[in-house]
Amino acid sequence: MFDNLTDKLDSVFKKLRGQGRLTEDNIQQSLREVRLVLLEADVNFRVVKDFVANVRERAVGQEVLKSLNPAQQVIKIVRDELGRLMGEGQDNHLDLAARPPVPVMLCGLQGAGKTTSCAKLALKLRREKRNPLLVPADIYRPAAIDQLKTLGKQLDIAVFDSRADVDPVKLCTDARQFAELNGYDTLILDTAGRLHVDQELMAELQRIKQALQPREILLVADAMTGQDAVNVAESFDQQLDITGVILTKLDGDARGGAALSIRAVTGKPIKLVGLGEKLDALETFHGDRMAQRILGM
Amino acid sequence: RGHQGVDAELLEDLEEILITADLGMKTTQQLIQSLENRLDKGQLKDSATLRAALKEEIRARLANETALLDTESAKPFVIMVVGVNGVGKTTTIGKLAHQFARQGKKVLVGAGDTFRAAAAEQLEVWAERAGVEVIRQESGADPAAVAFDAIKAARSRAADILLLDTAGRLHTKVNLMEELKKIRRVLEREVPGAPHETLLVVDATTGQNALVQARLFQQAVAVSGLALTKLDGTARGGMLVAIGEELGLPIRYVGIGEGIDDLRPFDAEVFIEALFSQDG
Ligand SMILES: Nc1nc2c(ncn2[C@@H]2O[C@H](COP(=O)(O)OP(=O)(O)OP(=O)(O)O)[C@@H](O)[C@H]2O)c(=O)[nH]1
Ligand SMILES: Nc1nc2c(ncn2[C@@H]2O[C@H](COP(=O)(O)OP(=O)(O)OP(=O)(O)O)[C@@H](O)[C@H]2O)c(=O)[nH]1
Ligand SMILES: [K+]
Ligand SMILES: [Mg+2]
Ligand SMILES: [Mg+2]
Repeated sequence: MFDNLTDKLDSVFKKLRGQGRLTEDNIQQSLREVRLVLLEADVNFRVVKDFVANVRERAVGQEVLKSLNPAQQVIKIVRDELGRLMGEGQDNHLDLAARPPVPVMLCGLQGAGKTTSCAKLALKLRREKRNPLLVPADIYRPAAIDQLKTLGKQLDIAVFDSRADVDPVKLCTDARQFAELNGYDTLILDTAGRLHVDQELMAELQRIKQALQPREILLVADAMTGQDAVNVAESFDQQLDITGVILTKLDGDARGGAALSIRAVTGKPIKLVGLGEKLDALETFHGDRMAQRILGM
Repeated sequence: RGHQGVDAELLEDLEEILITADLGMKTTQQLIQSLENRLDKGQLKDSATLRAALKEEIRARLANETALLDTESAKPFVIMVVGVNGVGKTTTIGKLAHQFARQGKKVLVGAGDTFRAAAAEQLEVWAERAGVEVIRQESGADPAAVAFDAIKAARSRAADILLLDTAGRLHTKVNLMEELKKIRRVLEREVPGAPHETLLVVDATTGQNALVQARLFQQAVAVSGLALTKLDGTARGGMLVAIGEELGLPIRYVGIGEGIDDLRPFDAEVFIEALFSQDG
């Protein structure tokens, strides 16, 4: 492994010991290290640029605090800024306060983890004493409906009996009617994976949105995503005005810079994280932990 | 540095392009460093030669350009497909089955993912589209047992090609990687030389984690080739360059969509041009 950021910054500041102020020059050097760490974590290029500029502005000319050495002080600024960017203090609870059945729509690129996350979310909501109905609305991927039905069966959670020859918008409205008649209070809509540049399929999501007015529209994104995360998130957000993000596959060793990129370009909170293939592996997002992970600390 | 302003700016632009295309920091830094050295020596006169030199350097890092599989070299020619979750393994198998079947080959697919919900059903749909036969067991069965069934069936039915699907797994999960080794051993034992190809599927949207994936899968099951999927989006798949350089793995295929015909042989020139293209 590489040295961690603390070691790197320590060496930058070695010469500084005993001086009173962070100078332009050593700030510049330390920010080069910060930039590298963030880029190595797959944070988007543009996002890193803005981030580093903000940190520079805050750091230059600051007194070296008695309580911290210069490296720690820069790290503190970096972490504060990162925490801010990551939406510290922003409410990241699911908002299901609406007249039931409350629709929640999951969307995202192919293979991101939507179907699995739908099932995980249903389990979480049932544990919170809700009565969810899973709605397969992916008529394109082979056996996508089967997949959600199988997961529903494993959890003993109801799955709407979708058919692949029905338009997804109609599937969703039919499912809502079914939920109303049968007392389900939450609809979890599993949509097909699609590229953010696929106009036809993005229009389909807009039609589902139009028809159901989902209370939550969650973009499901893979934590291993690289620089493209900003394009995807920006585009889904522009076209659907998403309400939040589910970041999946955080159980691996990816540093997860996508989290920062997505948060920075959309301003929307990351609400949940996927930490495994098992259906209980869904947790609340913690910005501070994510910041540490991205910094490799 | 000593370069003229225009050079420094150009280098910065190129650095941005490389990073944004997911070449990763190590490769990007090496490439830029090498350009700087050549600039210092006065070898690069203008921005066009600079760009050309950069493309050349990238090209050199992509190993084994002609990487077509010689499926005639064994019968059955066994292809085991591996990779992390959701990258496109099953879909790629569907596309490959179709291609091979169209070449008049007798193809069998093995549903070695017994874990993910409806994985075998998904593969069955693809097999039907491709007009090939599937060997499967119940969900939850031992994947090594499916591998055993599949390779035996491939032999007894005189299949030309066996494509074995496996469950997606993160390279960091030791027990799941052990399971994959076991599947590989079963194939080895049943047909000498098998698997003749261990194809690692990598998703083009993946960032720097792709290199670690390739490293660990190669260590575990001796990956022999790569398929890069989802190149139809806006991601460039630049991590391939680092993978090519470090592991010397040939890139066999690229996936450019969800349709059965959306699989192409890898073309380094096209790939490199796309790294630098401004659209998308
Ligand atoms: N390790 C890990 N795997 C996950 C996680 N979430 C989903 N997966 C796996 O990722 C793969 C893809 O998940 P799906 O739920 O099918 O993804 P999807 O977005 O519905 O895919 P499409 O419908 O094809 O677009 C499956 O193998 C899942 O088991 C996670 O948090 N961790
Ligand atoms: N746009 C695009 N989508 C693709 C491509 N290849 C696969 N997909 C889609 O990616 C999603 C995941 O594909 P799968 O073949 O199920 O992936 P997998 O690796 O088998 O997934 P697991 O078995 O769950 O690990 C599906 O929605 C596919 O249609 C491609 O080249 N381009
Ligand atoms: K992915
Ligand atoms: Mg799905
Ligand atoms: Mg699969």
